[in-house]
Amino acid sequence: MNASYEWLRAIVSFDYTPEQLRDLITARCCPVDELVRLRADLASVVVGQVIEAGPHPDSDHLWVTRVDAGKNELLDVVCGAPNVKVGAKYPFAAAGTTLPGGLKLEKRKIRGATSNGMLCSARELGLGTDHEGILELDTTLPPGTPFLEAVSAGDTRIIIDVTPNRPDLLSHLGIAREIAAATGGRAELPALDGANVSVPALVRATNEGASGGIRVKLEDPEGCPRYAGIFVRAVAIGPSPAWLVERLAAVGSRSINNVVDVTNYMLHEAGQPMHAFDAALLGGSAIVVRRARAGETIRTLDGVDRKLDPSMTVIADASSAQAVAGVMGGSTSEVSDATRDIFLEVAYFDPASVRRTRRALQLGTDASYRYERGIDIEGIPRALERAARLIVAVAGGRIDGAPIDLYPVPKPAPSIPLASAHVARLLGEPVSEPEIATLLASVGFTVSAFANGRASVTVPTWRPDVTRNVDLIEEIARLRGYDSFSAELRPFRRGTVPDSPLAILSARVREACVRAGLLEALSMPFVRGGESTHVRLANPMAEHEAYLRRDLLETLARRAEHNLAQRHRDVRLFEIGSAFQPSLSGLPREEMRVAAIVMGHRHPPHWTEPAAPDFDEWDAKGLAELIASAVASGAAVELLDAGEGDVLWWIAIAGDVRGSARRLALDAPVWASAAFGIELTLAHVSSEPVAPPGESKLQSASHAAQPSRFGFRPFPSTPSTFVDVALLVPNDLAASRVERSIRDASGELLESLAMLSEYRGTGIPEGFRSIAWRLTFRHPERTLRDKEVAGRRDKVVRTLEGELGVRQRTT
Amino acid sequence: MSTSLDDLRTGLEELRRANLEALAKARSVDEVEQTRIATLGRARGGLNDYKAHITALPPADRPAFGALFNTVKQELEQAIASRHAELSASAPAPAAVDLSMPARRQWRGARHPVTIVLAEIEAIFRDLGFTVATGPEAEHEWYNFGALNFPPDHPAMDMHDTLYLERGGLLRTHTSPVQIRTLQSYPPPIRIIAPGNVFRRDFFDASHAPMFAQIEGMAVDEGVSFVDLKATLANFANRFFGETKTRFRPSFFPFTEPSAEMDVACRICNGTGCATCKQTGWVEILGCGMMHPSVLEAAGLDAQRYTGWAFGMGPGRMALQRFGIPDIRIEYDSDISFLEQFAQ
Ligand SMILES: [Zn+2]
Repeated sequence: MNASYEWLRAIVSFDYTPEQLRDLITARCCPVDELVRLRADLASVVVGQVIEAGPHPDSDHLWVTRVDAGKNELLDVVCGAPNVKVGAKYPFAAAGTTLPGGLKLEKRKIRGATSNGMLCSARELGLGTDHEGILELDTTLPPGTPFLEAVSAGDTRIIIDVTPNRPDLLSHLGIAREIAAATGGRAELPALDGANVSVPALVRATNEGASGGIRVKLEDPEGCPRYAGIFVRAVAIGPSPAWLVERLAAVGSRSINNVVDVTNYMLHEAGQPMHAFDAALLGGSAIVVRRARAGETIRTLDGVDRKLDPSMTVIADASSAQAVAGVMGGSTSEVSDATRDIFLEVAYFDPASVRRTRRALQLGTDASYRYERGIDIEGIPRALERAARLIVAVAGGRIDGAPIDLYPVPKPAPSIPLASAHVARLLGEPVSEPEIATLLASVGFTVSAFANGRASVTVPTWRPDVTRNVDLIEEIARLRGYDSFSAELRPFRRGTVPDSPLAILSARVREACVRAGLLEALSMPFVRGGESTHVRLANPMAEHEAYLRRDLLETLARRAEHNLAQRHRDVRLFEIGSAFQPSLSGLPREEMRVAAIVMGHRHPPHWTEPAAPDFDEWDAKGLAELIASAVASGAAVELLDAGEGDVLWWIAIAGDVRGSARRLALDAPVWASAAFGIELTLAHVSSEPVAPPGESKLQSASHAAQPSRFGFRPFPSTPSTFVDVALLVPNDLAASRVERSIRDASGELLESLAMLSEYRGTGIPEGFRSIAWRLTFRHPERTLRDKEVAGRRDKVVRTLEGELGVRQRTT
Repeated sequence: MSTSLDDLRTGLEELRRANLEALAKARSVDEVEQTRIATLGRARGGLNDYKAHITALPPADRPAFGALFNTVKQELEQAIASRHAELSASAPAPAAVDLSMPARRQWRGARHPVTIVLAEIEAIFRDLGFTVATGPEAEHEWYNFGALNFPPDHPAMDMHDTLYLERGGLLRTHTSPVQIRTLQSYPPPIRIIAPGNVFRRDFFDASHAPMFAQIEGMAVDEGVSFVDLKATLANFANRFFGETKTRFRPSFFPFTEPSAEMDVACRICNGTGCATCKQTGWVEILGCGMMHPSVLEAAGLDAQRYTGWAFGMGPGRMALQRFGIPDIRIEYDSDISFLEQFAQ
């Protein structure tokens, strides 16, 4: 909502500066987004005082003056005005400034005398038509003061972010009411010059009537609960007077012609949209408020042909739609310079219906904006009367017949019971009954006398948002001032809700990733996707982002590529987020996942190691184990050889495959290193409804003890003994398989098994590699003898030879 | 010194490892010579010590040990000789170690700045007795709108430009559905916060993203009031921002009544007005309000008996302010040079 400071001042008197008004509206109603000085083009004009003046040596109508403009020195200024006086103050524009209208002032010589700027007339400043000399200022402000501070020239536009619940604030009258509530004053629409023609009283009817020569029929009272109109004959369409043009300009609205300007003026002043039809162009001299017919079309005022449907309400003449109700008029019956007689519509259209129509037509207007939120249905007669007077005042003409008012089912003002105890309970502090009554009355509520702590509150018709007692409590709180309530921390009871296991798990996994040296990325879940594999959005923002990711690596890989494009070679990213799988019924299957990507140097390059190694698959495997352990919370983690395409390992937790570690194919420059990706599911996120609407399904809120993941093992009291063994392992035999046999054959005294090295090449038969392991044995009670260990080694070697055909390396 | 074969073998292994490492690090012939004396000479702790132990071993173990001893001795002799040759060939550089040379470092990990802010918020509310709840991002329309008192065909819906799923449901536009899910699952008293991602059909610009983090909070019990809301949130602001002035002003959310917005004094101009705060001296931090009775009723609660308050804020924007990030898109680029600024 654009409000004009001056317009508000015409409705309610106050002493606030625009800044104070902004703070007041913000504190009591809605936030003010911005204050716009409308004469910013005068910002560089200052107060100048003429210190000396003398005739120009080479001219008989010019003066050479010396002006104090707040600078350190006096400026020479040539002036042609006959009324220049020494000691007087004038608006002064220094060389270098641009005047309204675009005239850029430069330092120049006028008939040999230097002029450093200009003393300005009202007309030169765009403040009027008076060019009878320069504008003498009646001010005590010192020279150099901005001109706009010295005069009240220039309105301020107050841009208010009106919340959807406050349609009453979409008008100057509504905002003025709030100001009046703060000052204790009264908001009253001002009398306007010449707007005093008498308007006959409205003739109330249910669904049919006439005004002037127009017959009006209301066939759709659901879409249009109230329809009023007035016939004005013999208007002269033409430009609006300056005051009207200025008012509209102040709120950012362009002047069109005097009649249309009056309707716009009323929209901004009273919040009542109106529409003027050229009565001569209404076929059959009829207005019919009805549903659009199937296939019916209309060319709206913006020149676009629009298809209507029977869900929409239209204003039609005898044959065709002439306006889309509450949204926009049609071009056929538009008021033009040739218009003589007008029919002025002042109606109330159903908010939800206007909203649906506006959305279907994708056509939002100032009118639809207000109708959607709900206008003051009882304000219609006043608004109609004022608009008719204004039209006659600015466009001439005469009112023909009594205005018609079709209002089949008057809406009674709702009445809400209010208990002062409820106010105190919700707000946490008592508000006295007289104060409640005063506060509510200040913005138009009628409060009955309190009896036993209860009163009945009648809601003003311009406040459709107030329907329950909590709405009244909000009114009380905001009018008293939210800041007037205490902010004292009071005792509270501990909640029953245990921490979400998912939140705990995510935090633990995140910590593990950060400790592993990874950087947490944040990516959008939208992908190019595919119909059968991905979940599609119904209204995507772009076709290449029409689906939701099914894997985190899908989007994290794009982040890695972004980094490569920034020439970052060493990419170490992780992300924790949701992935979505299509589901046959209802919502997608949602999983909380973790993903990581590593590529480039394994650690920051160091001067001792000019060619630092890159991350390889063994780093990826280790990282996968580390992240999986964090996810597993103590359950067994296994990495299963996959060797399928890019997948290197499946990651299993407690026997379930929960993710994988893989090579990643990226869109990467040639210098990029090999990339590895890891992805794991933390948990399924249920989107099942907890219980049907209005019901609950309470869970027991017991806090179960967390079993510990850790346990202490006593230190051994005997020494361990190790033996190394090098084996020739066929290339196609998995080392993990060999390890399993070693463990089985070693018996329970084997404490650890560590791979020492792998070697291929000289001395090793084709198709084999030599792998060396260290077997460490320990007996819990005594020192193992060398012979015993050697015996075990021999058994291991025999078993391997028998089971797997693996022999000991002899060279 | 004990005389088990294992001990001797472990000792020899260690001697070998330590001396090979010392040789690799040696930067001068002198250093190599020192190693030679320590290892092959008569000094204590050298190979010589081990020779003496042979006789102490059981005769059966002696050949094994002897073989190992000789292997190690030969290896060290060769290593000393070759390192000696290497260093005498290159220019003798007896320079002392330059301790100003850079350290060998590890990659440092980092949480995303938005996570950092979320964690700070979480920690403060945990102190105030809140636990953490979560919910799905793909939601039913009822949890996102109906249960939260959004009337159909109401302009309030314009505040939530929604991304719908083709097969029904939507991407939640706020974390408030978690309020309903929690209220349906647990009895009052309830004090929870609910962090998570939310979605709007907003195109990217410097301050908007189609997905962003939100953190929701809710307290429900008998006698919970607007004063509690103000107190808790002002307390939060003082701890998150350091002692600060707060301002509560009217706002509108369908699911709260009264609704409010909490501002804190602009930290850039200290409340005097600047471009950041649009000359107002205040910066908006969160939306909040007393829970609308219809919301409590939607979750099966007795709205006569219980009252509640709730709030929601955007850690993404708070991270912009906290860390001085000029454009929200930077948060989503996940550029390493950006993320590394938050390394621990
Ligand atoms: Zn500021």
